Amino acid sequence: MARIVGGVTTSHIPAIGNAMTNKLENEPYWKRFFEGYEPVKEWLADVDPDIAIVVYNDHGLNFFLDKVPTFALGCADVYHNADEGWGLNTMASFDGDAQFSWHLAESIIRQDFDLCTCQEMLVDHGFIVPMALMWRHLAEWPVKGIPFAVNTVQHPLPSARRCYDLGKALGKAIRSYPEDKKVVIFGTGGMSHQLQGERAGIIDVDFDMQCMESVISDPDWLASKSTTEIMEKAGTEGVEIIMWLVMRGALDPEVNVIHKHYHVPISNTGAGVLVLENQPIAY
Amino acid sequence: MAWNKHEYEKIPGTYVFDGKTSHKAYALNKLLFSFNHEENRQEFAKDPAAYAGKYGLNDEQKEALVNFEFLKMLQMGANIYYLAKLAVPRGFSVQDAGAAFQGITTEEFQAKLTAKGEGLEEKLEKAGYWNG
Repeated sequence: MARIVGGVTTSHIPAIGNAMTNKLENEPYWKRFFEGYEPVKEWLADVDPDIAIVVYNDHGLNFFLDKVPTFALGCADVYHNADEGWGLNTMASFDGDAQFSWHLAESIIRQDFDLCTCQEMLVDHGFIVPMALMWRHLAEWPVKGIPFAVNTVQHPLPSARRCYDLGKALGKAIRSYPEDKKVVIFGTGGMSHQLQGERAGIIDVDFDMQCMESVISDPDWLASKSTTEIMEKAGTEGVEIIMWLVMRGALDPEVNVIHKHYHVPISNTGAGVLVLENQPIAY
Repeated sequence: MAWNKHEYEKIPGTYVFDGKTSHKAYALNKLLFSFNHEENRQEFAKDPAAYAGKYGLNDEQKEALVNFEFLKMLQMGANIYYLAKLAVPRGFSVQDAGAAFQGITTEEFQAKLTAKGEGLEEKLEKAGYWNG
């Protein structure tokens, strides 16, 4: 049976992609941020997952505003990156696992979440930056990647509660896959940031830290907040934190905290990293 | 008929990209989305006004576009991620956008962001965070 080894949270902003491309990891601005990923990479090497499900939002590469699915699951054997129009290097393609994805789609839809299934899906920086943060030191991506896109761009967005519940359905779907696979889930985006309006540039460290603790041990606290309440504190783009709840919902109610890292500012954002491990059964 | 009112409209200094905005600025965002393709970027560069006409921009949108008035386009409902496809290659970053909204320099905007990190490590250490 497939099992979920754990979940990771990470920012996915393009500035991080640029920093990696230009090898700025040891510059004073970036050093502490990137060093905080070393324990994540070690943990990933230890648990050695077969599949990474990346919960992220598309920023206008695969989806345009003509059709905006609330939840869209990649169901392909391969996912390509492409030109986003503003200068990020295009990355190597990612292998998917169509059988696994279609199993997820069947199970999740049977649990009453009406997903959009995608047999072609370009993956943008929201997917790629997390993958590169974890595995750019390797010659090849060591996992199959599954993109799971959540609309956090055009309101109405799904609620935090809905994302948490979707995560629970995702967890059930993964655990019912008959093949032995080790799965890790990345909840990406956030933390507090707002890119436009006179309030642009807000970062709320205290709220971010409350969210980190909530995602670890009391997801209901964050799941109970309305989109408006989250935006009031964390900004219009900070609402991306709802995607962490998809990851969290899929994990066990009690998790081991392997790593907890926070840095501010990274570009306009607070950047939070968690490694949460499910109670080990037997590898 | 009227557009629905929302709680989030009361958040100061904040413009939530919702159906109303997206509907109003659809042509503009569609044009910006087209810049994912190099051939479209080249076509635009040759004759911005003609390109704007092709996407059905109204006069106000067209004027802001051909003059590269990025702040104005955002205020008209250009989505920040879509605007980035036009603005970032022309040296206008999201931090420049934030500064423009506040009428301050980008350096001042960045200094405000950096200030958010003051005293951070002490705070994190108390809460059991990794610290190198």
